[in-house]
Amino acid sequence: MNSAEYLLLIGGMSLVTYLPRWLPLHWLSRRRLHPWLVAWLDLIPPAILSALLVPELITDGLPRQVVWGGPELLAAIPATVFAVWTRSLGGTVVVGMLSYWLLGLRA
Amino acid sequence: MTKTLTVGFPRHRFLRGLSAAWPICVGYVPIGLALGVLGQKAGLHPLALGCMSVFVFAGSSQFIAVAMMSGGSGISSIIATTFVVNLRHLLMSSALAVHLRSCPRWLLAVFAYGVTDESFAVNYPRFGSDRWGVGEALTVNHSANLVWIASTVVGGYGGQFIPAGALGVDFALPAMFICLLVYQIRTRRHLVTAVLAAALAVGLSLMVPGNIHVVLSAVLAAALGTIGHKIPGAGAKE
Repeated sequence: MNSAEYLLLIGGMSLVTYLPRWLPLHWLSRRRLHPWLVAWLDLIPPAILSALLVPELITDGLPRQVVWGGPELLAAIPATVFAVWTRSLGGTVVVGMLSYWLLGLRA
Repeated sequence: MTKTLTVGFPRHRFLRGLSAAWPICVGYVPIGLALGVLGQKAGLHPLALGCMSVFVFAGSSQFIAVAMMSGGSGISSIIATTFVVNLRHLLMSSALAVHLRSCPRWLLAVFAYGVTDESFAVNYPRFGSDRWGVGEALTVNHSANLVWIASTVVGGYGGQFIPAGALGVDFALPAMFICLLVYQIRTRRHLVTAVLAAALAVGLSLMVPGNIHVVLSAVLAAALGTIGHKIPGAGAKE
Protein backbone atom coordinates (compact mmCIF):
# COMPACT_ATOMS: atom_id res chain seq x y z
CA MET A 1 0.00 0.00 0.00
CA ASN A 2 1.57 3.33 -1.04
CA SER A 3 1.11 6.68 0.70
CA ALA A 4 -1.74 7.87 -1.50
CA GLU A 5 -3.64 4.64 -0.97
CA TYR A 6 -3.01 4.82 2.75
CA LEU A 7 -4.38 8.38 2.91
CA LEU A 8 -7.43 7.24 0.95
CA LEU A 9 -7.88 4.40 3.44
CA ILE A 10 -7.67 6.77 6.41
CA GLY A 11 -10.08 9.19 4.74
CA GLY A 12 -12.64 6.45 4.10
CA MET A 13 -12.27 4.94 7.55
CA SER A 14 -12.63 8.30 9.27
CA LEU A 15 -15.80 9.03 7.29
CA VAL A 16 -17.54 5.72 8.13
CA THR A 17 -16.44 6.09 11.76
CA TYR A 18 -17.48 9.72 12.19
CA LEU A 19 -20.86 9.67 10.44
CA PRO A 20 -22.53 7.05 12.68
CA ARG A 21 -21.26 9.01 15.71
CA TRP A 22 -22.44 12.38 14.45
CA LEU A 23 -25.70 11.90 12.50
CA PRO A 24 -27.86 10.70 15.45
CA LEU A 25 -26.57 13.56 17.62
CA HIS A 26 -27.30 16.05 14.83
CA TRP A 27 -30.81 14.79 14.03
CA LEU A 28 -32.21 13.27 17.20
CA SER A 29 -31.12 16.02 19.60
CA ARG A 30 -33.47 18.48 17.88
CA ARG A 31 -36.47 16.22 17.47
CA ARG A 32 -39.37 15.29 19.68
CA LEU A 33 -38.98 11.54 20.07
CA HIS A 34 -41.84 9.11 20.45
CA PRO A 35 -42.06 7.99 24.12
CA TRP A 36 -41.57 4.41 23.00
CA LEU A 37 -38.31 5.35 21.27
CA VAL A 38 -37.17 7.17 24.42
CA ALA A 39 -37.96 4.06 26.50
CA TRP A 40 -36.00 1.92 24.04
CA LEU A 41 -33.03 4.32 24.01
CA ASP A 42 -33.02 4.31 27.82
CA LEU A 43 -32.43 0.55 27.71
CA ILE A 44 -29.71 0.75 25.04
CA PRO A 45 -26.83 1.57 27.46
CA PRO A 46 -27.24 -1.48 29.75
CA ALA A 47 -27.93 -3.64 26.68
CA ILE A 48 -24.89 -2.52 24.73
CA LEU A 49 -22.48 -2.50 27.68
CA SER A 50 -23.59 -6.01 28.57
CA ALA A 51 -23.32 -7.17 24.95
CA LEU A 52 -19.79 -5.75 24.71
CA LEU A 53 -18.59 -7.06 28.04
CA VAL A 54 -20.02 -10.53 28.69
CA PRO A 55 -18.77 -12.31 25.52
CA GLU A 56 -15.29 -10.97 26.37
CA LEU A 57 -15.51 -12.64 29.77
CA ILE A 58 -16.79 -16.07 28.83
CA THR A 59 -15.72 -16.77 25.25
CA ASP A 60 -12.30 -17.22 23.71
CA GLY A 61 -10.60 -18.43 20.55
CA LEU A 62 -11.40 -18.40 16.85
CA PRO A 63 -14.08 -19.61 16.19
CA ARG A 64 -15.25 -18.51 19.61
CA GLN A 65 -16.03 -21.08 22.26
CA VAL A 66 -17.45 -20.73 25.74
CA VAL A 67 -14.71 -20.95 28.38
CA TRP A 68 -15.87 -21.25 31.98
CA GLY A 69 -13.48 -20.08 34.65
CA GLY A 70 -10.95 -18.20 32.51
CA PRO A 71 -8.97 -15.42 34.25
CA GLU A 72 -11.26 -12.74 32.76
CA LEU A 73 -14.37 -14.31 34.29
CA LEU A 74 -12.67 -15.03 37.63
CA ALA A 75 -11.30 -11.47 37.88
CA ALA A 76 -14.76 -10.14 37.00
CA ILE A 77 -16.22 -11.64 40.21
CA PRO A 78 -14.31 -9.50 42.76
CA ALA A 79 -14.58 -6.50 40.41
CA THR A 80 -18.39 -6.86 40.23
CA VAL A 81 -18.73 -7.32 43.98
CA PHE A 82 -16.58 -4.25 44.57
CA ALA A 83 -18.53 -2.20 41.99
CA VAL A 84 -21.91 -3.08 43.53
CA TRP A 85 -20.60 -2.50 47.05
CA THR A 86 -18.70 0.79 46.60
CA ARG A 87 -19.91 2.10 43.20
CA SER A 88 -16.37 3.40 42.76
CA LEU A 89 -15.12 3.34 39.17
CA GLY A 90 -11.45 3.85 39.96
CA GLY A 91 -11.57 1.31 42.79
CA THR A 92 -13.23 -1.28 40.56
CA VAL A 93 -10.56 -0.80 37.91
CA VAL A 94 -7.79 -1.27 40.49
CA VAL A 95 -9.46 -4.33 42.08
CA GLY A 96 -10.08 -5.85 38.64
CA MET A 97 -6.50 -5.26 37.46
CA LEU A 98 -4.99 -6.64 40.67
CA SER A 99 -7.19 -9.76 40.58
CA TYR A 100 -6.38 -10.37 36.93
CA TRP A 101 -2.67 -9.89 37.60
CA LEU A 102 -2.65 -12.25 40.61
CA LEU A 103 -4.58 -14.88 38.63
CA GLY A 104 -1.93 -14.59 35.92
CA LEU A 105 0.89 -15.10 38.43
CA ARG A 106 -0.80 -18.24 39.76
CA ALA A 107 -1.02 -19.83 36.30
CA MET B 1 -35.14 15.52 30.42
CA THR B 2 -33.81 18.71 28.85
CA LYS B 3 -31.62 20.81 31.03
CA THR B 4 -29.13 23.57 30.56
CA LEU B 5 -25.72 22.36 29.62
CA THR B 6 -23.01 24.84 30.34
CA VAL B 7 -20.65 25.16 27.46
CA GLY B 8 -18.02 27.35 29.14
CA PHE B 9 -14.77 25.75 30.08
CA PRO B 10 -13.67 26.72 33.58
CA ARG B 11 -10.88 24.86 35.29
CA HIS B 12 -13.12 22.81 37.62
CA ARG B 13 -14.99 21.31 34.65
CA PHE B 14 -11.70 20.30 33.12
CA LEU B 15 -10.51 18.67 36.37
CA ARG B 16 -13.85 16.90 36.89
CA GLY B 17 -13.58 15.50 33.36
CA LEU B 18 -10.02 14.35 33.96
CA SER B 19 -10.92 12.57 37.20
CA ALA B 20 -13.59 10.60 35.33
CA ALA B 21 -11.33 9.88 32.36
CA TRP B 22 -8.35 8.28 34.06
CA PRO B 23 -9.62 4.67 33.97
CA ILE B 24 -10.07 5.00 30.20
CA CYS B 25 -6.57 6.43 29.85
CA VAL B 26 -5.03 3.60 31.93
CA GLY B 27 -6.90 1.06 29.81
CA TYR B 28 -5.92 2.65 26.51
CA VAL B 29 -2.16 2.57 27.13
CA PRO B 30 -1.59 -1.23 26.75
CA ILE B 31 -4.06 -1.47 23.86
CA GLY B 32 -2.48 1.47 22.05
CA LEU B 33 1.02 0.08 22.59
CA ALA B 34 -0.09 -3.31 21.26
CA LEU B 35 -1.61 -1.70 18.19
CA GLY B 36 1.63 0.24 17.64
CA VAL B 37 3.66 -2.97 17.73
CA LEU B 38 1.28 -4.65 15.28
CA GLY B 39 1.36 -1.64 12.98
CA GLN B 40 5.13 -1.68 12.90
CA LYS B 41 5.11 -5.40 12.06
CA ALA B 42 2.64 -4.64 9.25
CA GLY B 43 5.16 -2.16 7.83
CA LEU B 44 3.42 1.04 8.95
CA HIS B 45 5.55 3.95 10.12
CA PRO B 46 4.63 4.85 13.74
CA LEU B 47 3.60 8.32 12.62
CA ALA B 48 1.44 6.91 9.82
CA LEU B 49 -0.38 4.84 12.42
CA GLY B 50 -0.58 7.90 14.68
CA CYS B 51 -2.19 9.73 11.79
CA MET B 52 -4.83 6.99 11.61
CA SER B 53 -5.42 7.33 15.36
CA VAL B 54 -5.99 11.08 14.92
CA PHE B 55 -8.47 10.79 12.06
CA VAL B 56 -10.21 7.52 12.85
CA PHE B 57 -9.97 7.14 16.67
CA ALA B 58 -11.66 3.74 16.83
CA GLY B 59 -9.57 1.10 18.58
CA SER B 60 -11.18 -2.11 17.43
CA SER B 61 -11.51 -1.07 13.78
CA GLN B 62 -7.89 0.13 13.75
CA PHE B 63 -6.78 -3.32 14.94
CA ILE B 64 -8.88 -4.94 12.23
CA ALA B 65 -7.59 -2.50 9.60
CA VAL B 66 -3.94 -3.20 10.46
CA ALA B 67 -4.57 -6.96 10.43
CA MET B 68 -6.38 -6.70 7.09
CA MET B 69 -3.58 -4.57 5.63
CA SER B 70 -0.96 -7.16 6.53
CA GLY B 71 -3.27 -9.79 5.06
CA GLY B 72 -3.30 -7.86 1.79
CA SER B 73 -6.97 -6.74 1.83
CA GLY B 74 -8.11 -3.94 -0.46
CA ILE B 75 -9.01 -0.43 0.69
CA SER B 76 -12.73 -0.81 0.03
CA SER B 77 -13.10 -4.01 2.05
CA ILE B 78 -11.24 -2.46 5.00
CA ILE B 79 -13.50 0.60 4.89
CA ALA B 80 -16.63 -1.57 4.64
CA THR B 81 -15.50 -3.63 7.64
CA THR B 82 -14.81 -0.46 9.62
CA PHE B 83 -18.33 0.73 8.87
CA VAL B 84 -19.93 -2.46 10.18
CA VAL B 85 -17.68 -2.57 13.25
CA ASN B 86 -18.58 1.01 14.17
CA LEU B 87 -22.34 0.76 13.64
CA ARG B 88 -22.80 0.35 17.40
CA HIS B 89 -21.89 4.02 17.83
CA LEU B 90 -25.09 4.84 15.98
CA LEU B 91 -26.94 3.46 18.99
CA MET B 92 -24.72 5.21 21.51
CA SER B 93 -25.04 8.62 19.82
CA SER B 94 -28.81 8.15 19.64
CA ALA B 95 -28.96 7.52 23.38
CA LEU B 96 -26.68 10.51 24.06
CA ALA B 97 -28.78 12.81 21.84
CA VAL B 98 -31.63 12.72 24.37
CA HIS B 99 -29.35 14.45 26.89
CA LEU B 100 -27.78 16.97 24.52
CA ARG B 101 -30.81 18.93 23.35
CA SER B 102 -29.47 22.31 24.37
CA CYS B 103 -25.99 21.78 22.99
CA PRO B 104 -25.15 23.91 19.91
CA ARG B 105 -24.86 22.01 16.66
CA TRP B 106 -21.19 22.85 16.06
CA LEU B 107 -20.31 21.52 19.49
CA LEU B 108 -22.25 18.32 18.79
CA ALA B 109 -20.08 17.92 15.69
CA VAL B 110 -16.94 18.21 17.86
CA PHE B 111 -18.37 15.92 20.53
CA ALA B 112 -19.25 13.25 17.94
CA TYR B 113 -15.58 12.76 17.11
CA GLY B 114 -14.91 11.41 20.60
CA VAL B 115 -17.89 9.03 20.96
CA THR B 116 -16.29 5.67 21.72
CA ASP B 117 -17.47 2.66 23.75
CA GLU B 118 -15.44 3.93 26.68
CA SER B 119 -16.30 7.64 26.58
CA PHE B 120 -19.96 6.74 26.06
CA ALA B 121 -19.93 4.46 29.09
CA VAL B 122 -18.32 7.15 31.25
CA ASN B 123 -20.34 10.13 29.97
CA TYR B 124 -23.82 8.67 29.53
CA PRO B 125 -24.70 7.91 33.17
CA ARG B 126 -23.22 11.26 34.29
CA PHE B 127 -25.34 13.31 31.90
CA GLY B 128 -28.21 12.52 34.25
CA SER B 129 -26.61 14.68 36.97
CA ASP B 130 -26.38 18.46 37.18
CA ARG B 131 -22.64 18.29 37.68
CA TRP B 132 -21.98 16.97 34.19
CA GLY B 133 -22.02 19.06 31.03
CA VAL B 134 -20.46 19.17 27.60
CA GLY B 135 -17.26 20.66 29.06
CA GLU B 136 -16.66 17.63 31.28
CA ALA B 137 -17.68 15.24 28.51
CA LEU B 138 -15.34 16.84 25.98
CA THR B 139 -12.51 16.62 28.51
CA VAL B 140 -13.18 12.89 28.86
CA ASN B 141 -13.32 12.39 25.09
CA HIS B 142 -10.19 14.33 24.28
CA SER B 143 -7.95 13.22 27.11
CA ALA B 144 -8.76 9.62 26.12
CA ASN B 145 -8.08 10.58 22.51
CA LEU B 146 -4.67 12.11 23.33
CA VAL B 147 -3.60 9.07 25.36
CA TRP B 148 -4.75 6.81 22.53
CA ILE B 149 -2.80 8.71 19.86
CA ALA B 150 0.34 8.86 22.02
CA SER B 151 0.22 5.16 22.96
CA THR B 152 -0.18 3.97 19.37
CA VAL B 153 2.81 6.09 18.28
CA VAL B 154 4.98 5.06 21.25
CA GLY B 155 4.03 1.41 20.64
CA GLY B 156 5.25 1.74 17.06
CA TYR B 157 8.64 3.03 18.22
CA GLY B 158 9.32 0.64 21.07
CA GLY B 159 6.28 -1.19 22.35
CA GLN B 160 7.99 -4.56 22.09
CA PHE B 161 10.31 -3.63 24.98
CA ILE B 162 7.45 -3.24 27.45
CA PRO B 163 6.60 -6.46 29.31
CA ALA B 164 3.18 -7.78 28.27
CA GLY B 165 0.47 -7.95 30.90
CA ALA B 166 2.28 -5.83 33.49
CA LEU B 167 0.11 -5.27 36.61
CA GLY B 168 -3.00 -6.73 35.00
CA VAL B 169 -3.41 -3.59 32.94
CA ASP B 170 -5.07 -5.66 30.18
CA PHE B 171 -8.08 -5.98 32.45
CA ALA B 172 -8.47 -2.21 33.02
CA LEU B 173 -11.14 -1.72 30.36
CA PRO B 174 -13.23 -4.84 31.17
CA ALA B 175 -13.15 -3.81 34.86
CA MET B 176 -14.28 -0.32 33.89
CA PHE B 177 -17.14 -1.74 31.84
CA ILE B 178 -18.21 -3.90 34.78
CA CYS B 179 -18.59 -0.86 37.02
CA LEU B 180 -20.29 1.21 34.33
CA LEU B 181 -22.72 -1.60 33.68
CA VAL B 182 -23.47 -1.73 37.42
CA TYR B 183 -24.24 2.03 37.26
CA GLN B 184 -26.69 1.38 34.43
CA ILE B 185 -28.78 -1.17 36.33
CA ARG B 186 -31.20 1.33 37.84
CA THR B 187 -34.41 -0.74 37.73
CA ARG B 188 -35.46 -4.38 37.37
CA ARG B 189 -36.18 -3.62 33.70
CA HIS B 190 -32.56 -2.52 33.15
CA LEU B 191 -31.33 -5.69 34.83
CA VAL B 192 -33.53 -7.96 32.71
CA THR B 193 -32.41 -6.12 29.57
CA ALA B 194 -28.73 -6.50 30.49
CA VAL B 195 -29.14 -10.23 31.18
CA LEU B 196 -31.02 -10.73 27.90
CA ALA B 197 -28.35 -8.79 25.99
CA ALA B 198 -25.59 -10.87 27.58
CA ALA B 199 -27.29 -14.17 26.69
CA LEU B 200 -28.07 -13.06 23.14
CA ALA B 201 -24.57 -11.64 22.63
CA VAL B 202 -22.83 -14.80 23.84
CA GLY B 203 -25.11 -17.01 21.74
CA LEU B 204 -24.68 -14.92 18.59
CA SER B 205 -20.94 -14.48 19.09
CA LEU B 206 -20.55 -18.26 19.01
CA MET B 207 -22.46 -18.48 15.73
CA VAL B 208 -21.21 -15.43 13.81
CA PRO B 209 -17.60 -14.28 13.54
CA GLY B 210 -16.76 -10.59 13.87
CA ASN B 211 -18.66 -8.32 16.23
CA ILE B 212 -22.08 -7.85 14.66
CA HIS B 213 -23.47 -9.70 17.70
CA VAL B 214 -22.97 -6.54 19.78
CA VAL B 215 -25.37 -4.38 17.78
CA LEU B 216 -27.90 -7.14 17.10
CA SER B 217 -28.23 -8.30 20.68
CA ALA B 218 -28.34 -4.73 22.07
CA VAL B 219 -31.12 -3.69 19.67
CA LEU B 220 -33.09 -6.85 20.34
CA ALA B 221 -32.62 -6.92 24.11
CA ALA B 222 -33.60 -3.25 24.48
CA ALA B 223 -36.71 -3.87 22.34
CA LEU B 224 -37.68 -6.93 24.41
CA GLY B 225 -37.02 -4.89 27.54
CA THR B 226 -39.65 -2.32 26.58
CA ILE B 227 -42.40 -4.98 26.45
CA GLY B 228 -45.03 -4.07 29.00
CA HIS B 229 -43.53 -0.63 29.49
CA LYS B 230 -46.23 1.88 30.31
CA ILE B 231 -45.80 5.07 28.34
CA PRO B 232 -46.61 7.97 30.69
CA GLY B 233 -49.68 9.77 29.42
CA ALA B 234 -50.36 7.26 26.65
CA GLY B 235 -54.07 6.99 25.94
CA ALA B 236 -54.77 10.26 27.74
CA LYS B 237 -56.36 13.10 25.81
CA GLU B 238 -53.91 15.61 24.31
